[in-house]
Amino acid sequence: MSSEKKAQSRIDELKKFAIEAGIDISDELKRIADKIGDTAKSAKAWQRVELARNPDRPRALDIIANICDDFIELHGDRYYGDDAALIGGIGFINGIPVTIIGNQKGRNLKETVARNGGMANPEGYRKALRLAKQAEKFHRPIITLIDTQGAYPGLGAEERGIGEAIAMNLREFSQLKTPVICIIIGEGGSGGALGIGVGDKVYMLENAVYSVISPEGYASILLRDSSQAKNAAAMMKITAEDVYSLKICNGIIGEPAGGAHLDPAESSKRIKEIIVRDLEDLMPRNPAVLVRYRNQKIRKFGHFTEN
Amino acid sequence: MSEQTTCPSCKAASSKEDLVRNLMTCPSCGYHFRMEPADRVAYLADPGSFQEFCKHMKSLNPIDMDGYEEKLTEATRKSSMEEAVITGTCSIEGMPVVLAVMSFSFMGGSMGSVVGEKITRAMMKGVETRTPVIVYATSGGARMQEGIFSLMQMAKTASAAAELDRAGVPLFLVLCDPTTGGVTASFAMLGDITIAEPGALIGFAGPRVVEGTIKQTLPEGFQRAEFQQDKGFVDIIVARKEQRALFVKLLKAHRTADSASASAGAKGGTK
Repeated sequence: MSSEKKAQSRIDELKKFAIEAGIDISDELKRIADKIGDTAKSAKAWQRVELARNPDRPRALDIIANICDDFIELHGDRYYGDDAALIGGIGFINGIPVTIIGNQKGRNLKETVARNGGMANPEGYRKALRLAKQAEKFHRPIITLIDTQGAYPGLGAEERGIGEAIAMNLREFSQLKTPVICIIIGEGGSGGALGIGVGDKVYMLENAVYSVISPEGYASILLRDSSQAKNAAAMMKITAEDVYSLKICNGIIGEPAGGAHLDPAESSKRIKEIIVRDLEDLMPRNPAVLVRYRNQKIRKFGHFTEN
Repeated sequence: MSEQTTCPSCKAASSKEDLVRNLMTCPSCGYHFRMEPADRVAYLADPGSFQEFCKHMKSLNPIDMDGYEEKLTEATRKSSMEEAVITGTCSIEGMPVVLAVMSFSFMGGSMGSVVGEKITRAMMKGVETRTPVIVYATSGGARMQEGIFSLMQMAKTASAAAELDRAGVPLFLVLCDPTTGGVTASFAMLGDITIAEPGALIGFAGPRVVEGTIKQTLPEGFQRAEFQQDKGFVDIIVARKEQRALFVKLLKAHRTADSASASAGAKGGTK
């Protein structure tokens, strides 16, 4: 029996007892029920966070290998260096040439170190922009695969202008005269995710999360208690279901039972289906109209009143 | 006897009146205290020219975050502002500008839906009327109580900055202490000319976060305006009392054919 069910049966016993004894405990019962509801919500949201961070989850390069007939990785930002945490290149999906850009996490310790845990430096974002402009020039659609806890908060990143690099991507991606499809495949962490996350369509895998700050960060800064991360995960509404219901993403791509890591091939197949469907829809569109719609969509984000 | 403020830099004591007269800078060493939007507008705009827009735009609670409404009410009570930015049109030496000025006193200048929308509208007003836009930025980053909506304001303001860029209308940014997080990683770094106030902290990740990452003490002056100019991300550091004169020059340098003829027309000039 689940702990939730166990608690419910104890509550039923208590209710019976209270009625027999002639005591009104309805207020207490409501409080307990709310508490159980909150705990269940937190547990569900946290389960998604753990799945999104699962070390066996298919990474950008795994998905690329599965969805592309062929992929040529391209390196470097032409200013400073090559960032292994943010990869890109030209791929063929059902024979259609596309530019793919993605955050790349490692799977084991050695890879994680080499990929800086998927946290990109400015040169990563500048490489992404270079490849995006190249795609625009040669009329290739762009696919981005987002999976990062955030941009790297290091000394060098600040010296080389991580803020400027992300800002420039937000500005320039909004104006690209070629279709851009963004898919959050794992962690969509803050500005580091958004830096390759501005597009015509944004999708989330079922167990992906998308947030302005990590649940741990929210808990320690706003709740002043880092042990509250699970509650923060629920409060912040970061799951694919939440983000979709808030109309920030266009759709959710279902994962095989238990999570994408249990069947990467099937997960990739579902991602590919969405990409192929959307390319058919977006590629024939007039680029100027595409850009106008993209910006209209972006400018609608937000809730306020003017009275 | 009025209240004395001690300068954190040179420890000199100044009265509130002296500080205000001195544009909230220390009369003895020039240290820049934080300055409220109303005072900045009073300093920059030609007298009586400022016309505020979106004055009563207010945040909702888009992700039903516990306690957010109370936080907003409290911030308004403390700062007597309705949000962390004021926007409007004005003139500087007769030259029209769109002005957006942020306040760090309102929830740390954090950017939620209202800040994002007001900055966006200010920029779009610049596009529509072909008027230069000046933004004074100061912010701790995204308004986390608005969750994913606060993140999206980065994309939104950057999209408006793109429109200005494509329209060839100048965007002038003044980075004030502090400018960090999501504001740095969006419109604050998208100015055609980026000005910083002396000593202002400017960065993406906060210094404590960076320190936590590298597990070393940060170098002296890290992320300060002078550091950012040295690294190539700030065009010019300008003391507050020089800023108005700088804008007069910059506005003259960026007068477009249509705005020049419009002001000539207003003066009853050539046909």
